[in-house]
Amino acid sequence: MSALTSTPPATPQVQTAGAVQARIAWRTPVIYGVVSLISLVVFALMTPGDDTTRFMVSSRGDFTEIAPFAVPSQLTALLLSVVAVALAAWATWMTAQRVKVPAWLPMVFGGVVLLAFLVWVMAGNSNAMPVTVLLTSALVLAVPLVFGAMAGLLCERSGIINIAIEGQLLGGAFLAVVVGSQTGNPYLGLVAAPLAGALVGWVLVTFAVKYRIDQIIVGVVLNVLVIGITNYLFSTVLTQNPQALNNPPRLPTLPIPVLSSIPVIGPVLFNHSIVIYLMYVAVAVLQVMVFRSRWGLRMRSVGEHPKAADTVGINVNRTRVRNTVLGGAVAGLGGAALVAAGLAFTKELTSGKGYIALAAMILGRWSPKGALAASLLFGFADALRQVLNNLGSPVPSQFLAMLPYLATIFAVAGLVGRVRAPAAEGIPYVK
Amino acid sequence: MTTTDTLVAPSAQPPAGQTRERNLLQEVLDSSWLVIILAIVTALVASSVLIAAANTEVQESAAYLFARPSDFFGAAWDAIYSAYSALFRGAVFDYQAEGVRQIRPITETMVASVPLIFTGLGLAVGFRSGLFNIGAQGQVLMGAAAATYVGITFDLPVVVHVVLACLAAMVVGALWAGIAGLLKARTGANEVIVTIMLNSIALYLVSYLLTTTLLAQGGTRPISPKVADTAWFPRMLGDSFRLHWGFVVALLAAVGVWWLMERSVLGFQFRAVGANQRAARTAGIRVNLVFVAVMLTAGALAGMGGAAQILGTDKTLQAGSAGSIGFDAITVALLGRSKPLGTVLAALLFGALRAGSPLMQTSAATPIDIVLVIQASIVLLIAAPPLVRALSPIHWIGRRLGRSTKEAVA
Repeated sequence: MSALTSTPPATPQVQTAGAVQARIAWRTPVIYGVVSLISLVVFALMTPGDDTTRFMVSSRGDFTEIAPFAVPSQLTALLLSVVAVALAAWATWMTAQRVKVPAWLPMVFGGVVLLAFLVWVMAGNSNAMPVTVLLTSALVLAVPLVFGAMAGLLCERSGIINIAIEGQLLGGAFLAVVVGSQTGNPYLGLVAAPLAGALVGWVLVTFAVKYRIDQIIVGVVLNVLVIGITNYLFSTVLTQNPQALNNPPRLPTLPIPVLSSIPVIGPVLFNHSIVIYLMYVAVAVLQVMVFRSRWGLRMRSVGEHPKAADTVGINVNRTRVRNTVLGGAVAGLGGAALVAAGLAFTKELTSGKGYIALAAMILGRWSPKGALAASLLFGFADALRQVLNNLGSPVPSQFLAMLPYLATIFAVAGLVGRVRAPAAEGIPYVK
Repeated sequence: MTTTDTLVAPSAQPPAGQTRERNLLQEVLDSSWLVIILAIVTALVASSVLIAAANTEVQESAAYLFARPSDFFGAAWDAIYSAYSALFRGAVFDYQAEGVRQIRPITETMVASVPLIFTGLGLAVGFRSGLFNIGAQGQVLMGAAAATYVGITFDLPVVVHVVLACLAAMVVGALWAGIAGLLKARTGANEVIVTIMLNSIALYLVSYLLTTTLLAQGGTRPISPKVADTAWFPRMLGDSFRLHWGFVVALLAAVGVWWLMERSVLGFQFRAVGANQRAARTAGIRVNLVFVAVMLTAGALAGMGGAAQILGTDKTLQAGSAGSIGFDAITVALLGRSKPLGTVLAALLFGALRAGSPLMQTSAATPIDIVLVIQASIVLLIAAPPLVRALSPIHWIGRRLGRSTKEAVA
């Protein structure tokens, strides 16, 4: 198993007689094959022949209205599954030929299987699957995860393991609610939230850098501490005066002109509050900054090889402190996003989202765009669970809720390609 | 070598040469009892700030603090005193009760500590072997589910039923933890991430099972039927006390873990891997097998903790049955310096906090949640002896007198 993971990707080379070639990594095509067969057998062949699946795509105010439509379940699932099997076969062939599988293939494959799953799960359901609603809530649910994953990335790229994302989200949400309620201005809450996150980040990095305590333990304990403090303040101060302290206004929705009235894409992407636009900006900026700027290079060098970074004059511990505090602030913003809809604070509001954000960062291989994709995947799983809970489905909602965690375990175990953490992660640096 | 390549975070196994400042395990192992006591006191003092701040009388008197400071300090003292005295009355000795009920609080503390002892012992084994098992929560829950299943499904004689339910809990808990051990051994998957994920999966799995015929009692509420009374841990002091023989079993387990870690070959291998993986591998210890064995041991003990919670106190299973045992046990094991005796004492301390907090909530109106703050502060402070020394008046006086406190060990 481990020998396979370390095999370098096969490259198309001129074969010379007796040349030693890397072993072919069969794991990915095998996974494609298994998944496509599951799709064929379960989603296509086990669907009753005369069922239909209904989709609802359009919403009010679009340029063009698209009426809800129905498709024959078995035929559609069958077609999609055949496409999936064909893609799997093609991937296998290319792997055997030592040709690199194009980057779009996993995405198309995933999309096809997902559609087949949706057709199967909604087969014979009298309700239509509200596609726009599903995608919109997937995005909204993903936002705290994206901010959390960016926070984790900022810390881990500079060598500090941030398990305390959960606490940073929770602290941010708490302060956003309290400040928003007190001032009546949701934007002030949005400004205050990063302060709470940054404070948690500062405590984490102080213990990690100054006292050199194991960062995982500090993170776990900080989560408990923040849960304890917010729970305590919630059951004393906030419940004594909920009107003034736990009654935040919602962030107003700011539809982007023109873009927001494109069918499907408009309401899904461009009809949100400012937090979501901030998220777009944050991901784009970080993707460029981490890999293309001096700041990003220094951060990554501190996380990969602190001694080398120190040798060329980078202050390792100062870089770590700054980035961890910045990361905490970003996670705090995610906490504000969590309550952006004007939610009141409740005990343990984050309910493990910080850990899922951590998982998204790992699944996204410590890169902003990867973390965004993984967060969207987790958000989609969550949204699907909620939608199917309302519409009724053959799959128990608990299993859908497990998916992100299972995906993470598979990713960490190297079954979905290799993941490699920054080399100096979790190790205190001493000159 | 490929296994280390795919590691997510090498936190539990820093490279050679960095062992001195390795991590808090070493720090905790080295820190003296003085630091531990000072940390507990400091945490209580720090939490008392929160207790006072949330008190309405304190808030009112703070408005005219400079006019009449005595009111403010009086109100703050009252709030803190009533909270901590209620905690004491709920956890140790109730001097306001009558007769034999006066000692009921201390037995409640012992009851609350039983699952913490089991689970904390399991985590301690992991910590000393260099494995950060954050997944006790899931293992406890799976163990509790297995014990409940045996407890409600079979009809067996008294002793056999308890033993069988406990065995089932241990096996299921061990298998659940074993997933993380196996993945670490085979693919190098970081056990921290895997066990955190397994916690959530266990929670959803058990809440699903509670809706099926396997564990549900048939109603709409996701709660299992009561386990048969043949499967209960027998009470030790009659029916007026909840103290059960599980406490004695837990103490025996502590002795067993001591023997395992200090006297057995397997335990030596565990500790060798924890001290230095490369050296252990060079010496011929099969490190990957040790990973699996450690996780199986930890999971079995955590599963036993879940069984103790169900068969000893709860009697029925809910998705929230594990409470925060798994996470509390992490702090228990750290506070107990990953040693069996220390773990038992730490579990008794946290058991006291758990047992005393309801009375604190009802009689002093201080919410239970303050316990989380106290626990987290204690562990943070224990982990950083320099911080405790900086805060402690004893060390401050020592410095005034020209005694330099040692940097490495207090």
